[in-house]
Amino acid sequence: MSHNFQDQDQYLQPESPSAVPIVVGQTSRLPRRTVIKWFVAVAASLKLGDAQVFGAEPGPGEPVITANGYGKDPLLNHTHNPGDLWPLTLSPTQRAAAIALADVILPADNLGPAASQLRCVDFVDEWVSAPYPAQLRDRGIVLPGLDWLDAESGRRFANVFAGLTLSQQQAICDDICFQARAADELQAAARFFSRFRSLAAAAYYATPEGWDAIGYVGNQPSLTYDGPPEAVLAHLGVEQTVA
Amino acid sequence: MPMIRAEDATKDYDVIIVGSGAGGGQMAFTLTLAGIKCLMLEAGRGYDPVAETPMFQRRDQAPLLGNSTPDKEFGFLDATVDGGWQMPAEPYTQASDKPEQQFWWWRARMMGGRTNHWGRISLRNGPYDFKPKSRDGLGLDWPVDYEDVEPYYTKVEQLIGVYGSNEGLENTPNSPDGVLQPPPKARAGELLAQKHGKTLGIPIIPIHRAVLTQTLDADRLPAVLFPGNAWAQKIVGDSMRARAACFWATPCGRGCSTGANYQSTTVHLPPALATGNLDIVANAHVREVLVGNNGKARGVLFVDKTTGQDVQVNANAVVLAASSGETVRIMLNSKSTLFPDGIANGSGLVGKYIMDTVGTSLQGQIPALENLPPYNEDGAGGSHFYAPWWLYQQAQALGFPRGYHIEMGATRGMPGGGNPLPDDLGNGAYGSRYKQEARRYYGSFMGFACRGEMIPNDNCFAELDNNVSDTWGIPVLKWHWQWAEHEQRMCDHAELTFRELIETMGGTVRSVTNGRNRIEPGGKIIHEVGGAIMGTAAATSVCNGYNQTWEVPNLFLVDGTPFPSNADKNPTLTIMALAWRAGDYLVDQSRRGLL
Ligand SMILES: Cc1cc2nc3c(=O)[nH]c(=O)nc-3n(C[C@H](O)[C@H](O)[C@H](O)COP(=O)(O)OP(=O)(O)OC[C@H]3O[C@@H](n4cnc5c(N)ncnc54)[C@H](O)[C@@H]3O)c2cc1C
Ligand code: SF4
Repeated sequence: MSHNFQDQDQYLQPESPSAVPIVVGQTSRLPRRTVIKWFVAVAASLKLGDAQVFGAEPGPGEPVITANGYGKDPLLNHTHNPGDLWPLTLSPTQRAAAIALADVILPADNLGPAASQLRCVDFVDEWVSAPYPAQLRDRGIVLPGLDWLDAESGRRFANVFAGLTLSQQQAICDDICFQARAADELQAAARFFSRFRSLAAAAYYATPEGWDAIGYVGNQPSLTYDGPPEAVLAHLGVEQTVA
Repeated sequence: MPMIRAEDATKDYDVIIVGSGAGGGQMAFTLTLAGIKCLMLEAGRGYDPVAETPMFQRRDQAPLLGNSTPDKEFGFLDATVDGGWQMPAEPYTQASDKPEQQFWWWRARMMGGRTNHWGRISLRNGPYDFKPKSRDGLGLDWPVDYEDVEPYYTKVEQLIGVYGSNEGLENTPNSPDGVLQPPPKARAGELLAQKHGKTLGIPIIPIHRAVLTQTLDADRLPAVLFPGNAWAQKIVGDSMRARAACFWATPCGRGCSTGANYQSTTVHLPPALATGNLDIVANAHVREVLVGNNGKARGVLFVDKTTGQDVQVNANAVVLAASSGETVRIMLNSKSTLFPDGIANGSGLVGKYIMDTVGTSLQGQIPALENLPPYNEDGAGGSHFYAPWWLYQQAQALGFPRGYHIEMGATRGMPGGGNPLPDDLGNGAYGSRYKQEARRYYGSFMGFACRGEMIPNDNCFAELDNNVSDTWGIPVLKWHWQWAEHEQRMCDHAELTFRELIETMGGTVRSVTNGRNRIEPGGKIIHEVGGAIMGTAAATSVCNGYNQTWEVPNLFLVDGTPFPSNADKNPTLTIMALAWRAGDYLVDQSRRGLL
């Protein structure tokens, strides 16, 4: 019996199956052909042999994930921090690239602080260091992707990604920020960007600052539930039908 | 929650109840308040909702932002512990390798079972739903009518607290005046769907959910439920007073430590324990029901999971409420010279006619909902509105005989856990533009789900797998599954309806539609019922209309096993109503010395 426990892109889980899951950001599973192309692309850009980057074998010096999961009966009513349940495994170089990339994607602006201020990369690190199948699959996209980012930065601007100016970083991001527009040889990098953006944004909007940034107001006990305000009802052209 | 140790469960009990979920909880409540001494055996661990519910936890305080893993399949913060689609200690098998012929079996192993995290949607079956065969010649009729169950629906609603409205729609029963709690105000998307549904003839109305929108009237209700019984009134009144009203935050699936929604652990078990007539043993995994020479159940054998030892306990009657699949498993494993094929299985029907709910869904993006000014739309942690089946009169023309209701998700709920801006809508946005676009689209997605009636068929059943046992050496279930054409056609129709609704709302459908491929696997909606159906004769059913097995008069089944049909209405309210009714009957029979 093989149940697909988790579709890697199906992020939003229903609180109950009787409630409707609102799944956004659906993309198809990574086809094997793309994976191979991707690794070849990474290998070429890093000037490494295929064997070193291809497949499940970790690169030299890269930690193997051996941790256990949290089990079927973990402590729910508790604040868990990345690193509490399994070790974080991004290398300092990868972390630096990840922090820089997360800030390019989610910068400080009028809507809120930068990703780096909200520990978003700690979460990405927790994710790619987790011992579960979906996360291990993402590990195979994110780690080579971060390495590629530095390699590409070196090729174009003779520096690591974190050392580039914002406009240099944007020049690279512009080429890979949208898979539908990315050049053939950058498809794998674009997939990495999409995945990384998903993870960083998921982390960003899980914080109170992220809630403000997106316009979520809630998780606050109140005596009454008043429903949408008049302005919203008027905007939609509807009337409240419950007394 | 006070519990006793397995080795202390040696008293003489009147009744043993297996399982502490909706059916077992209701049975314990009914029996103990009637003065019956009960022992409840629960395979899972003790669970204290007050101390354990992660109500206000943010996603960034949960590992992997609370996303699902093989360990916590509905997400980290879901109230289920020691359960899921897969439980390493308790496997199950499939008769077929084909995914569409497999059954997904969700189980909870914890005090209160699945009631700690269920969706709390509490719909009454209507009069048609008890007589489906009489209406269209398909499936099976129930031996009871709506009128037989109606008073118990009312009692359960008064006890657990259900919000909703009376709309008088076909086969969608009203509750008597004053029984339902007021429904919460509609959310924006629900109102928009309601408005456009009207033009399509789809009635979108307040749903019924087991959530208190007001505190229960503890001065009045106990006297209604237990007339002339001051002792019972006091216990039930105290228990009602201990429950708060909903405070409009926190998803109900994580459990509710204030008792504002129904879960067995906060509503049924505390008053049952307060009677002094209930002992509960946790980690007590029942292996089999034991039969005496007189052909009656005399007790059960369970594995004390803390020691691995088998323990025997005796009683005058046994109630199985282990959830329908597990009750089937216990019955089939209860082999004796009198019942070589499993207890009360002379008909050979134990394990037959397993049903689930027909499920499919579609998401849409609704531009009208974009860029709304921020406001609190948490509401009750679940839907406020739904559409009951509205095309009863057109069954012939539709080409599928039974109906579905529509559940919907529309809320500016707590974000985090996933990318709020799908790549195609974001057009590759990053930087401040990404943050603006995420804010623009937040709350503009709506989902519609079909929850439909499945007609029982001969290809959906469970049997023992003689080659595979669980950790304690108990043979496991092997599932057989096959959707029929009726269900496929229903999904085709639902897809078209949802598309029409989304487009009428000015939105676009976000996912590929193909009813044939999108029907959810059997079991996926977790409304499994059947397996020991009730009927009018011992040859064609396993139990009678009082959930009492024909062959073993002191053996009762009070979970979903006795259901001969599975209306589109979610099953749990009916499980509880029938359990209360069976409890009253059991008390009456035992007083008359008939058990
Ligand atoms: C996420 C989710 C959402 C749902 N939403 C809804 C909804 O909105 N509306 C609705 O009507 N229904 C809903 N359901 C279904 C609902 O939970 C079930 O119909 C209901 O809980 C069934 O009650 P039960 O007593 O038969 O079983 P359960 O509640 O599952 O309880 C059975 C108990 O028996 C115990 N047990 C099992 N085997 C043994 C054994 N051998 N020995 C001792 N104990 C044993 C189990 O550990 C468990 O505690 C939902 C279910 C899930 C999982
Ligand atoms: S929404 Fe209300 S009923 Fe549901 S868990 Fe929160 S407080 Fe309890």
